[in-house]
Amino acid sequence: MKILIKNVRIFDPASGIDEEGDVFIKNGIVSKKKEETRNIIEGKGLYLFPAFIDIHTHIREPGGEDVENFESASKAAVAGGYSTIFMMPNTEPPIDNDGMVRFVVKRARDVGLVKIYPVGAATIGRRGERLTDMRAMIQCGCIGFSDDGSPVKNPRILRRILEYLKGTGIKFIEHPEDPELSSDGSMNEGSLSNKLGVPGIPWVSEASVVIRDILIAEYLSSPIHFAHISTEASLDLIQFGRKRGVKITFEVTPHHLLLDEDNVKITDSNFKMNPPLRSKRDRKALIKALKKGFVNAIATDHAPHPLYKKELEFSLAPFGVIGLETAFSTLYTEFVRKGVIGLNELIEYMSVKPAGIFDLKTGMVRDGAPADFVLIDLKKKWKITEDRFHSLSRNSPFLGWDVYGRVVYTIVEGKVVYKEGD
Amino acid sequence: MERFKQKHLLGIEELSRDEIDSILDTAIIMKSVLERRIKKVPTLRGITVANLFFEPSTRTLNSFLIAERRLSADTINVSKSFSSVLKGETLLDTARNLEAMRVDMVVIRHSVPCSPHYLAERISASVINAGDGAHEHPTQALLDMLTLREKFGNIEGLKVSIIGDILHSRVARSLTIGLLKKGADVILCGPPTFLPEWFEDYGVKITYNLKDAIVDRDVIYVLRIQRERQDTAFLPSLREYIRYYSVNRDVLNRYARKDVIIMHPGPVNRGVELAPDVADGPWSLILHQVTNGIAVRMAILYLLSGIGSSGGVE
Repeated sequence: MKILIKNVRIFDPASGIDEEGDVFIKNGIVSKKKEETRNIIEGKGLYLFPAFIDIHTHIREPGGEDVENFESASKAAVAGGYSTIFMMPNTEPPIDNDGMVRFVVKRARDVGLVKIYPVGAATIGRRGERLTDMRAMIQCGCIGFSDDGSPVKNPRILRRILEYLKGTGIKFIEHPEDPELSSDGSMNEGSLSNKLGVPGIPWVSEASVVIRDILIAEYLSSPIHFAHISTEASLDLIQFGRKRGVKITFEVTPHHLLLDEDNVKITDSNFKMNPPLRSKRDRKALIKALKKGFVNAIATDHAPHPLYKKELEFSLAPFGVIGLETAFSTLYTEFVRKGVIGLNELIEYMSVKPAGIFDLKTGMVRDGAPADFVLIDLKKKWKITEDRFHSLSRNSPFLGWDVYGRVVYTIVEGKVVYKEGD
Repeated sequence: MERFKQKHLLGIEELSRDEIDSILDTAIIMKSVLERRIKKVPTLRGITVANLFFEPSTRTLNSFLIAERRLSADTINVSKSFSSVLKGETLLDTARNLEAMRVDMVVIRHSVPCSPHYLAERISASVINAGDGAHEHPTQALLDMLTLREKFGNIEGLKVSIIGDILHSRVARSLTIGLLKKGADVILCGPPTFLPEWFEDYGVKITYNLKDAIVDRDVIYVLRIQRERQDTAFLPSLREYIRYYSVNRDVLNRYARKDVIIMHPGPVNRGVELAPDVADGPWSLILHQVTNGIAVRMAILYLLSGIGSSGGVE
């Protein structure tokens, strides 16, 4: 299997390359030595980036196959330029044993479009009581552990999880939230939620768990990864922890970077997610952290829900928005084109850095490197509309946005898995 | 009278000062109907109003029903316990079904904040908010403003204190917005768990001290305390609340002006937020509020129906 990509703008922050040229791929890896092939992609006008890696995706299979299954999630991922996604374990039943891990690995391989790594539940049933068989799950392909959707409420159990993972090289991913403080909230707590009479989720609900976890991780000399950090206080606490030598990594989502509570339309639950859209001040702090290189990854928290549920009244609708197919274009349009961050930084946050957290190899334009690439037409403008999505769900807060940057090809292990218009 | 342009009554937030005045002016005309021997006019003949009450309510529902009947509208009632809601039907489906039956106006009481706004975006009937969670209760605020206007002639410059569980109160929010739009001075008072500082963003003074909310005020507006609040740690006990926030004769004698007015949206927890002799005393306008509730709701129904002529009201 050979592909020759011709006249493409090669843009690879990991190798420091930004030049027009050809890329030759053979048997899934980049090869310096070009060979004859009729399999040619004309790359004129396109950028070639290492394909994106999403370390936080919700696929609803098993339990919600009609909402997002392995086929639809894979199609959405490659349409968004991703070669690799992490699947969070809060399915029904959850991924809390090695049999379930095997199931995910097999289903992902059967579909064969995108690399899907299962994140296992850290506790059985995600109930925060008993540890899962983590060693067996790692052996079957688990990339990390998390009770995402819920925090590990009991600090003693969290301690045991971090301890048990020592020496495995596998990270625990915390969903930082105190459910007692979040209570029945459905948007950020503040002046706006108070005015609307909507129960709020206070920032301290996130930050109080962040600091608890940092201290436990420090005590055990264990690394820890935080999912979807959304508040200024959490960022300050992470800085504090890093100063004390704790190995902390964390991700932020496109929606927390691009939207805040003032964007919430209270009659439209596509603006309801957990953590909620925070204050302007929090959003500014996230952007500042992004500019400083303080953030480790941008992850979508892609959370599909069916229309009949998202169509409910705000307080009754489920939390979550989809993100795989809009992440690059929205961030490129709002941040790169407006000079907030550079193109190389965006690519690093969406590809190189998340790979680094979990010791994965990304696509690189270097002899012998894996051929995971995305080809994007940065000049192409398009409108985010419901009919564009390959996901089975439509719950995006970016509907109606005009954005730049259209994925034209996605190549995973040397195979074209997405071509625009096909 | 200038033509009323709103299609829905979602909240006081959405009303201009002039619109509030025009509702109150209309309500005064409606009130004259209530004083007649035959208390019915044909104004809304042929108009169908659905009352969707998904929360228990006696007073507001009956007030709307009487208002609708006084105006000769046809009415149907849908309550949570007798509707398809129990069979899993969504609010939107319930409303769309009513619309398919050619209902013209929907009065909705729902525990979810902004559910009337949600409906108004999705159906073509006029939507009247009869209370949405802790968000707004516009007809209550309007009937309160009518009561104040009757008593004082003018709301501008009035010193009003609202006391109690401000946090969970849609009445407090709607009334505060309305009073501020009409130029009144508002103090909100309650224990700190019921009074987050965000309320200052409305442009009102907040206090945790009952005395500060009583001294030199024209109107003391007392809110109902829900007994379950002690189970969710908002209150240590009712005993403690009564001791520091109950409006009783002793507190009034010590701190209040002689001509102070007491109001309450009902139903009163006698002996909790309000002492019985205060509720029934000469200060109290509570029963006037109830009567005005019907007049205000008639005015709203009439104005939103878009029927230009006064239809025999005047």
